[in-house]
Amino acid sequence: MRKSRTLNLGTGSFVLLGFAALFFLTTQTTSRGLSWFGPPHYEVTAKFDNIADLKVGAPVSMSGVEIGRVTKIDFDSNEYKAVVSMRLNERYNKIPTDSDASIYTQGLLGGKFIGLTAGGADTYLKDRDQIDFTQSAFVLENLIGQVLANFTKSKADDQSQASAPADSKTPADSKAKEKTK
Amino acid sequence: MFKELWESFTDALEGLGSVVHFLFRLVVNSPRALLRFDLISQQIFNSGAFSLVIIMLSGLFVGMVLGLQGFQLLQRFGSEEALGTAATIGLVKELGPVVTALLFAGRAGTALASELGLMRATDQISAMEMMAVDPIQRVVVPRFLGGVISMPLLAAIFSVIGIYGAQLIGVQIMGVDSGSFWSQMRAAVSLSDVSEGIVKSLVFGIACSLIAVYQGYYAAPTAEGVGRATTRTVVTSAVVILFLDYLITAAFL
Repeated sequence: MRKSRTLNLGTGSFVLLGFAALFFLTTQTTSRGLSWFGPPHYEVTAKFDNIADLKVGAPVSMSGVEIGRVTKIDFDSNEYKAVVSMRLNERYNKIPTDSDASIYTQGLLGGKFIGLTAGGADTYLKDRDQIDFTQSAFVLENLIGQVLANFTKSKADDQSQASAPADSKTPADSKAKEKTK
Repeated sequence: MFKELWESFTDALEGLGSVVHFLFRLVVNSPRALLRFDLISQQIFNSGAFSLVIIMLSGLFVGMVLGLQGFQLLQRFGSEEALGTAATIGLVKELGPVVTALLFAGRAGTALASELGLMRATDQISAMEMMAVDPIQRVVVPRFLGGVISMPLLAAIFSVIGIYGAQLIGVQIMGVDSGSFWSQMRAAVSLSDVSEGIVKSLVFGIACSLIAVYQGYYAAPTAEGVGRATTRTVVTSAVVILFLDYLITAAFL
Protein backbone atom coordinates (compact mmCIF):
# COMPACT_ATOMS: atom_id res chain seq x y z
CA MET A 1 0.00 0.00 0.00
CA ARG A 2 2.83 2.36 0.93
CA LYS A 3 4.52 1.78 -2.38
CA SER A 4 1.44 2.41 -4.49
CA ARG A 5 0.82 5.60 -2.54
CA THR A 6 4.22 7.10 -3.37
CA LEU A 7 3.76 5.91 -6.93
CA ASN A 8 0.41 7.62 -7.29
CA LEU A 9 1.83 10.70 -5.63
CA GLY A 10 4.64 10.83 -8.18
CA THR A 11 2.31 10.29 -11.13
CA GLY A 12 -0.12 12.84 -9.77
CA SER A 13 2.49 15.53 -9.31
CA PHE A 14 3.93 14.85 -12.76
CA VAL A 15 0.53 15.18 -14.41
CA LEU A 16 -0.24 18.31 -12.38
CA LEU A 17 3.07 19.85 -13.40
CA GLY A 18 2.39 19.00 -17.04
CA PHE A 19 -1.05 20.55 -17.03
CA ALA A 20 0.28 23.61 -15.19
CA ALA A 21 2.82 23.99 -18.00
CA LEU A 22 0.09 23.63 -20.65
CA PHE A 23 -2.02 26.21 -18.85
CA PHE A 24 0.93 28.57 -18.70
CA LEU A 25 1.59 28.18 -22.43
CA THR A 26 -2.02 28.80 -23.45
CA THR A 27 -2.69 31.74 -21.16
CA GLN A 28 0.59 33.48 -20.41
CA THR A 29 2.48 33.35 -23.70
CA THR A 30 -0.45 34.23 -25.95
CA SER A 31 -2.57 37.31 -26.15
CA ARG A 32 -5.78 35.48 -26.77
CA GLY A 33 -5.67 32.93 -23.99
CA LEU A 34 -8.10 34.41 -21.52
CA SER A 35 -10.03 36.74 -23.79
CA TRP A 36 -12.98 34.32 -24.09
CA PHE A 37 -14.01 35.16 -20.59
CA GLY A 38 -12.37 38.55 -20.66
CA PRO A 39 -13.72 41.88 -19.41
CA PRO A 40 -17.08 43.21 -20.62
CA HIS A 41 -16.75 44.94 -23.94
CA TYR A 42 -18.62 46.65 -26.78
CA GLU A 43 -18.02 46.51 -30.49
CA VAL A 44 -17.56 49.35 -32.98
CA THR A 45 -16.65 49.35 -36.66
CA ALA A 46 -14.65 51.63 -38.90
CA LYS A 47 -14.19 51.74 -42.68
CA PHE A 48 -10.71 52.24 -44.09
CA ASP A 49 -9.51 52.77 -47.65
CA ASN A 50 -6.44 50.65 -47.01
CA ILE A 51 -5.56 48.63 -43.94
CA ALA A 52 -2.22 47.27 -45.28
CA ASP A 53 -1.36 44.24 -43.16
CA LEU A 54 -3.55 44.95 -40.13
CA LYS A 55 -4.40 41.60 -38.56
CA VAL A 56 -7.23 40.26 -36.45
CA GLY A 57 -6.08 40.49 -32.84
CA ALA A 58 -4.15 43.73 -33.38
CA PRO A 59 -4.41 46.17 -30.48
CA VAL A 60 -6.61 49.27 -30.52
CA SER A 61 -5.02 52.01 -28.49
CA MET A 62 -5.80 55.51 -27.35
CA SER A 63 -2.98 57.80 -26.19
CA GLY A 64 -0.79 54.71 -26.34
CA VAL A 65 -2.93 52.72 -23.90
CA GLU A 66 -4.45 49.50 -25.19
CA ILE A 67 -8.24 49.73 -24.91
CA GLY A 68 -9.33 46.90 -27.18
CA ARG A 69 -8.55 44.55 -30.03
CA VAL A 70 -9.46 44.07 -33.67
CA THR A 71 -11.89 41.16 -33.90
CA LYS A 72 -12.92 41.02 -37.53
CA ILE A 73 -11.76 42.38 -40.88
CA ASP A 74 -14.21 42.38 -43.76
CA PHE A 75 -14.46 43.91 -47.22
CA ASP A 76 -17.36 46.11 -48.24
CA SER A 77 -17.81 45.45 -51.95
CA ASN A 78 -20.18 48.40 -52.43
CA GLU A 79 -17.82 51.05 -51.20
CA TYR A 80 -14.60 49.13 -51.87
CA LYS A 81 -13.47 49.67 -48.33
CA ALA A 82 -12.16 47.48 -45.54
CA VAL A 83 -14.55 47.15 -42.60
CA VAL A 84 -12.68 46.63 -39.34
CA SER A 85 -14.63 45.52 -36.27
CA MET A 86 -13.00 46.14 -32.94
CA ARG A 87 -13.92 45.17 -29.44
CA LEU A 88 -13.34 47.89 -26.84
CA ASN A 89 -13.22 47.40 -23.11
CA GLU A 90 -16.44 48.52 -21.41
CA ARG A 91 -14.32 50.51 -18.94
CA TYR A 92 -13.48 52.96 -21.71
CA ASN A 93 -17.03 53.90 -22.71
CA LYS A 94 -16.62 57.65 -22.98
CA ILE A 95 -15.14 57.89 -26.45
CA PRO A 96 -16.75 60.73 -28.45
CA THR A 97 -18.62 59.69 -31.59
CA ASP A 98 -16.52 62.01 -33.77
CA SER A 99 -13.22 60.40 -32.72
CA ASP A 100 -10.97 59.37 -35.55
CA ALA A 101 -9.24 56.04 -36.14
CA SER A 102 -5.88 55.72 -37.87
CA ILE A 103 -3.67 52.77 -38.63
CA TYR A 104 -0.13 53.06 -37.31
CA THR A 105 2.93 50.84 -37.36
CA GLN A 106 4.68 49.62 -34.23
CA GLY A 107 8.32 50.52 -34.63
CA LEU A 108 9.82 50.66 -38.10
CA LEU A 109 8.89 47.17 -39.26
CA GLY A 110 6.50 46.08 -36.53
CA GLY A 111 2.87 45.05 -36.83
CA LYS A 112 0.01 47.47 -37.49
CA PHE A 113 -2.34 48.74 -34.82
CA ILE A 114 -5.29 51.13 -34.65
CA GLY A 115 -4.91 54.39 -32.80
CA LEU A 116 -8.01 56.34 -31.76
CA THR A 117 -7.89 60.09 -31.22
CA ALA A 118 -10.68 61.65 -29.20
CA GLY A 119 -13.01 64.12 -30.89
CA GLY A 120 -15.08 66.81 -29.25
CA ALA A 121 -18.66 65.54 -29.41
CA ASP A 122 -20.86 65.17 -26.33
CA THR A 123 -22.25 61.81 -27.42
CA TYR A 124 -20.22 58.68 -26.85
CA LEU A 125 -19.66 55.57 -28.93
CA LYS A 126 -22.04 52.69 -28.17
CA ASP A 127 -22.17 49.05 -29.19
CA ARG A 128 -22.41 48.60 -33.01
CA ASP A 129 -21.57 52.24 -33.73
CA GLN A 130 -19.34 53.23 -36.60
CA ILE A 131 -16.33 55.52 -36.49
CA ASP A 132 -16.67 57.84 -39.48
CA PHE A 133 -13.31 59.59 -39.52
CA THR A 134 -10.57 57.22 -40.55
CA GLN A 135 -7.10 57.48 -41.91
CA SER A 136 -5.57 54.67 -43.93
CA ALA A 137 -2.41 52.81 -43.22
CA PHE A 138 0.90 54.34 -44.07
CA VAL A 139 2.11 52.14 -46.93
CA LEU A 140 5.85 52.30 -47.26
CA GLU A 141 5.84 51.10 -50.88
CA ASN A 142 3.51 53.90 -52.05
CA LEU A 143 5.68 56.43 -50.32
CA ILE A 144 8.87 55.09 -51.87
CA GLY A 145 7.07 55.12 -55.22
CA GLN A 146 6.13 58.77 -54.75
CA VAL A 147 9.63 59.73 -53.74
CA LEU A 148 11.07 57.97 -56.76
CA ALA A 149 8.52 59.56 -59.08
CA ASN A 150 9.30 63.01 -57.71
CA PHE A 151 12.98 62.31 -57.88
CA THR A 152 12.92 61.26 -61.54
CA LYS A 153 10.57 64.11 -62.44
CA SER A 154 12.75 66.69 -60.79
CA LYS A 155 15.77 65.21 -62.49
CA ALA A 156 13.99 65.53 -65.80
CA ASP A 157 13.23 69.15 -64.96
CA ASP A 158 16.92 69.56 -64.27
CA GLN A 159 16.27 70.73 -60.74
CA SER A 160 17.66 67.68 -59.09
CA GLN A 161 20.10 69.55 -56.93
CA ALA A 162 17.48 71.70 -55.28
CA SER A 163 14.66 69.19 -54.83
CA ALA A 164 16.43 65.91 -54.05
CA PRO A 165 17.20 66.77 -50.42
CA ALA A 166 13.67 68.12 -49.99
CA ASP A 167 12.23 64.89 -51.40
CA SER A 168 14.26 62.69 -49.14
CA LYS A 169 12.76 64.53 -46.21
CA THR A 170 9.15 63.80 -47.09
CA PRO A 171 8.84 60.39 -45.38
CA ALA A 172 10.01 61.79 -42.10
CA ASP A 173 7.72 64.77 -42.50
CA SER A 174 4.60 62.82 -43.28
CA LYS A 175 5.35 60.40 -40.48
CA ALA A 176 5.74 63.21 -38.03
CA LYS A 177 2.49 64.69 -39.26
CA GLU A 178 0.74 61.39 -38.78
CA LYS A 179 2.03 61.13 -35.26
CA THR A 180 0.93 64.57 -34.22
CA LYS A 181 -2.50 64.24 -35.75
CA MET B 1 19.60 -7.91 -58.38
CA PHE B 2 16.10 -6.65 -59.14
CA LYS B 3 14.64 -9.59 -57.31
CA GLU B 4 16.57 -8.68 -54.15
CA LEU B 5 15.52 -5.06 -54.36
CA TRP B 6 11.92 -6.11 -54.86
CA GLU B 7 12.16 -8.43 -51.89
CA SER B 8 13.57 -5.78 -49.57
CA PHE B 9 10.81 -3.44 -50.79
CA THR B 10 8.09 -5.99 -49.99
CA ASP B 11 9.77 -6.66 -46.63
CA ALA B 12 9.57 -2.97 -45.78
CA LEU B 13 5.92 -2.89 -46.85
CA GLU B 14 5.22 -5.93 -44.72
CA GLY B 15 6.87 -4.27 -41.73
CA LEU B 16 4.79 -1.13 -42.21
CA GLY B 17 1.65 -3.21 -42.52
CA SER B 18 2.36 -5.09 -39.31
CA VAL B 19 3.03 -1.81 -37.46
CA VAL B 20 -0.34 -0.51 -38.62
CA HIS B 21 -2.00 -3.77 -37.62
CA PHE B 22 -0.30 -3.58 -34.21
CA LEU B 23 -1.50 0.01 -33.74
CA PHE B 24 -5.02 -1.12 -34.59
CA ARG B 25 -4.84 -3.87 -31.97
CA LEU B 26 -3.60 -1.35 -29.39
CA VAL B 27 -6.42 1.08 -30.18
CA VAL B 28 -9.05 -1.66 -30.02
CA ASN B 29 -7.72 -2.79 -26.65
CA SER B 30 -7.35 0.72 -25.23
CA PRO B 31 -10.89 1.22 -23.84
CA ARG B 32 -10.71 -1.97 -21.80
CA ALA B 33 -7.21 -1.14 -20.60
CA LEU B 34 -8.49 2.23 -19.38
CA LEU B 35 -10.58 0.34 -16.82
CA ARG B 36 -7.35 -0.70 -15.10
CA PHE B 37 -6.06 2.82 -14.81
CA ASP B 38 -3.59 1.91 -12.07
CA LEU B 39 -1.49 0.10 -14.68
CA ILE B 40 -1.48 3.15 -16.96
CA SER B 41 -0.74 5.43 -14.03
CA GLN B 42 2.28 3.32 -13.18
CA GLN B 43 3.52 3.64 -16.77
CA ILE B 44 2.97 7.40 -16.76
CA PHE B 45 5.19 7.41 -13.70
CA ASN B 46 7.81 5.21 -15.38
CA SER B 47 8.05 6.98 -18.71
CA GLY B 48 6.86 10.46 -17.71
CA ALA B 49 8.00 11.29 -14.22
CA PHE B 50 11.37 9.55 -14.65
CA SER B 51 12.03 11.56 -17.83
CA LEU B 52 11.33 14.78 -15.99
CA VAL B 53 14.90 15.51 -14.91
CA ILE B 54 16.45 15.07 -18.34
CA ILE B 55 13.59 17.05 -19.95
CA MET B 56 13.88 19.93 -17.53
CA LEU B 57 17.67 20.13 -17.76
CA SER B 58 17.64 19.99 -21.56
CA GLY B 59 14.83 22.54 -21.69
CA LEU B 60 16.77 24.93 -19.53
CA PHE B 61 19.90 24.67 -21.64
CA VAL B 62 18.06 24.82 -24.96
CA GLY B 63 16.26 27.93 -23.74
CA MET B 64 19.51 29.52 -22.58
CA VAL B 65 21.15 28.82 -25.93
CA LEU B 66 18.14 30.31 -27.72
CA GLY B 67 18.38 33.36 -25.50
CA LEU B 68 22.06 33.82 -26.26
CA GLN B 69 21.92 33.11 -29.98
CA GLY B 70 18.68 35.02 -30.47
CA PHE B 71 20.09 38.00 -28.63
CA GLN B 72 23.26 38.05 -30.74
CA LEU B 73 21.23 37.83 -33.95
CA LEU B 74 18.48 40.30 -33.02
CA GLN B 75 20.96 42.82 -31.71
CA ARG B 76 22.24 43.33 -35.24
CA PHE B 77 18.81 44.63 -36.22
CA GLY B 78 18.37 46.57 -33.04
CA SER B 79 15.31 44.59 -32.01
CA GLU B 80 16.43 42.64 -28.95
CA GLU B 81 12.92 43.05 -27.54
CA ALA B 82 11.70 40.48 -30.04
CA LEU B 83 13.78 37.87 -28.20
CA GLY B 84 10.79 36.68 -26.18
CA THR B 85 8.76 36.16 -29.33
CA ALA B 86 11.56 34.39 -31.16
CA ALA B 87 12.41 32.07 -28.28
CA THR B 88 8.79 31.25 -27.48
CA ILE B 89 7.73 30.55 -31.05
CA GLY B 90 10.84 28.43 -31.59
CA LEU B 91 10.28 26.48 -28.40
CA VAL B 92 6.52 26.04 -28.50
CA LYS B 93 6.26 25.10 -32.17
CA GLU B 94 9.49 23.26 -32.93
CA LEU B 95 12.10 22.63 -30.30
CA GLY B 96 9.75 21.72 -27.48
CA PRO B 97 7.92 18.87 -29.20
CA VAL B 98 10.85 17.64 -31.31
CA VAL B 99 13.63 17.66 -28.71
CA THR B 100 11.27 16.24 -26.09
CA ALA B 101 10.30 13.43 -28.46
CA LEU B 102 13.94 12.65 -29.29
CA LEU B 103 14.87 12.62 -25.60
CA PHE B 104 11.77 10.58 -24.83
CA ALA B 105 12.76 8.01 -27.44
CA GLY B 106 16.21 7.81 -25.87
CA ARG B 107 15.07 7.78 -22.27
CA ALA B 108 11.69 6.05 -22.16
CA GLY B 109 11.44 4.39 -25.60
CA THR B 110 14.55 2.30 -25.08
CA ALA B 111 13.38 1.31 -21.60
CA LEU B 112 10.03 0.17 -22.99
CA ALA B 113 11.60 -1.74 -25.86
CA SER B 114 14.19 -3.56 -23.76
CA GLU B 115 11.66 -4.34 -21.04
CA LEU B 116 9.21 -5.89 -23.49
CA GLY B 117 12.05 -7.58 -25.39
CA LEU B 118 13.32 -9.17 -22.21
CA MET B 119 9.81 -10.28 -21.32
CA ARG B 120 9.63 -11.94 -24.71
CA ALA B 121 13.10 -13.48 -24.34
CA THR B 122 12.36 -14.89 -20.90
CA ASP B 123 9.00 -16.26 -22.07
CA GLN B 124 6.98 -14.07 -19.72
CA ILE B 125 4.72 -13.09 -22.58
CA SER B 126 4.11 -16.72 -23.55
CA ALA B 127 3.42 -17.51 -19.89
CA MET B 128 0.73 -14.83 -19.81
CA GLU B 129 -0.84 -16.26 -22.91
CA MET B 130 -0.84 -19.70 -21.21
CA MET B 131 -2.70 -18.19 -18.26
CA ALA B 132 -5.26 -16.68 -20.67
CA VAL B 133 -4.11 -13.15 -19.87
CA ASP B 134 -3.94 -11.07 -23.01
CA PRO B 135 -0.37 -9.66 -22.94
CA ILE B 136 -1.35 -6.87 -25.32
CA GLN B 137 -4.02 -5.65 -22.96
CA ARG B 138 -2.16 -6.32 -19.71
CA VAL B 139 1.37 -5.24 -20.67
CA VAL B 140 1.60 -3.44 -23.98
CA VAL B 141 -1.41 -1.09 -24.01
CA PRO B 142 -0.69 0.48 -20.57
CA ARG B 143 2.87 1.22 -21.69
CA PHE B 144 1.65 2.66 -24.97
CA LEU B 145 -1.01 4.85 -23.35
CA GLY B 146 1.38 5.94 -20.62
CA GLY B 147 3.77 7.22 -23.28
CA VAL B 148 1.00 8.93 -25.27
CA ILE B 149 -0.27 10.75 -22.16
CA SER B 150 3.21 11.70 -20.91
CA MET B 151 4.58 13.23 -24.11
CA PRO B 152 2.43 16.39 -24.43
CA LEU B 153 2.92 17.10 -20.74
CA LEU B 154 6.69 16.66 -21.03
CA ALA B 155 6.80 18.88 -24.13
CA ALA B 156 4.83 21.61 -22.34
CA ILE B 157 7.17 21.45 -19.35
CA PHE B 158 10.15 21.60 -21.72
CA SER B 159 8.77 24.72 -23.43
CA VAL B 160 7.99 26.54 -20.19
CA ILE B 161 11.41 25.80 -18.71
CA GLY B 162 12.98 26.82 -22.02
CA ILE B 163 11.13 30.15 -22.03
CA TYR B 164 12.41 30.84 -18.54
CA GLY B 165 15.91 29.80 -19.67
CA ALA B 166 15.74 32.32 -22.51
CA GLN B 167 14.39 34.91 -20.10
CA LEU B 168 17.25 34.17 -17.70
CA ILE B 169 19.88 34.89 -20.34
CA GLY B 170 18.05 37.62 -22.26
CA VAL B 171 16.60 39.64 -19.41
CA GLN B 172 18.80 38.91 -16.41
CA ILE B 173 22.18 38.78 -18.12
CA MET B 174 21.92 40.57 -21.48
CA GLY B 175 19.63 43.29 -20.20
CA VAL B 176 16.63 43.03 -22.50
CA ASP B 177 13.71 44.88 -20.96
CA SER B 178 11.60 42.40 -19.05
CA GLY B 179 8.32 44.13 -19.86
CA SER B 180 8.84 44.15 -23.61
CA PHE B 181 10.18 40.58 -23.51
CA TRP B 182 6.83 39.35 -22.19
CA SER B 183 4.47 41.82 -23.86
CA GLN B 184 5.93 41.37 -27.35
CA MET B 185 5.70 37.63 -26.82
CA ARG B 186 2.05 37.89 -25.83
CA ALA B 187 1.28 40.11 -28.79
CA ALA B 188 2.96 37.83 -31.33
CA VAL B 189 2.29 34.29 -30.13
CA SER B 190 -1.19 33.10 -31.00
CA LEU B 191 -3.16 30.22 -29.58
CA SER B 192 -2.72 28.32 -32.85
CA ASP B 193 1.06 28.29 -32.30
CA VAL B 194 0.55 26.62 -28.96
CA SER B 195 -2.01 24.17 -30.31
CA GLU B 196 0.35 23.28 -33.15
CA GLY B 197 2.93 22.31 -30.53
CA ILE B 198 0.37 20.26 -28.62
CA VAL B 199 -0.78 18.43 -31.75
CA LYS B 200 2.83 17.72 -32.64
CA SER B 201 3.70 16.34 -29.24
CA LEU B 202 0.58 14.17 -29.21
CA VAL B 203 1.44 12.70 -32.62
CA PHE B 204 5.08 12.21 -31.59
CA GLY B 205 3.90 10.53 -28.39
CA ILE B 206 1.82 8.07 -30.37
CA ALA B 207 4.65 7.44 -32.86
CA CYS B 208 7.41 7.04 -30.25
CA SER B 209 5.43 4.78 -27.95
CA LEU B 210 4.14 2.69 -30.85
CA ILE B 211 7.63 2.15 -32.25
CA ALA B 212 9.05 1.28 -28.83
CA VAL B 213 6.39 -1.26 -27.88
CA TYR B 214 6.34 -2.74 -31.38
CA GLN B 215 10.10 -3.23 -31.48
CA GLY B 216 10.09 -4.70 -27.97
CA TYR B 217 7.09 -6.95 -28.48
CA TYR B 218 8.43 -8.43 -31.71
CA ALA B 219 12.10 -8.55 -30.64
CA ALA B 220 13.98 -11.73 -31.42
CA PRO B 221 14.02 -13.70 -28.12
CA THR B 222 17.79 -13.51 -27.68
CA ALA B 223 20.17 -11.12 -25.94
CA GLU B 224 21.20 -9.82 -29.35
CA GLY B 225 17.58 -9.43 -30.39
CA VAL B 226 16.80 -7.25 -27.38
CA GLY B 227 19.82 -5.07 -28.09
CA ARG B 228 18.83 -4.69 -31.71
CA ALA B 229 15.25 -3.81 -30.77
CA THR B 230 16.56 -1.05 -28.48
CA THR B 231 18.80 0.40 -31.16
CA ARG B 232 16.07 0.25 -33.78
CA THR B 233 13.69 2.03 -31.45
CA VAL B 234 15.93 5.07 -31.21
CA VAL B 235 16.88 5.17 -34.88
CA THR B 236 13.36 4.65 -36.23
CA SER B 237 11.83 7.04 -33.71
CA ALA B 238 14.27 9.82 -34.61
CA VAL B 239 13.65 9.52 -38.35
CA VAL B 240 9.87 9.19 -37.96
CA ILE B 241 9.69 12.16 -35.56
CA LEU B 242 11.57 14.47 -37.91
CA PHE B 243 9.52 13.28 -40.91
CA LEU B 244 6.21 13.76 -39.08
CA ASP B 245 7.46 17.15 -37.86
CA TYR B 246 7.79 18.30 -41.44
CA LEU B 247 4.35 16.97 -42.36
CA ILE B 248 2.57 18.62 -39.42
CA THR B 249 4.40 21.92 -39.91
CA ALA B 250 3.34 21.95 -43.56
CA ALA B 251 -0.24 21.09 -42.62
CA PHE B 252 -0.43 23.99 -40.15
CA LEU B 253 0.96 26.64 -42.53
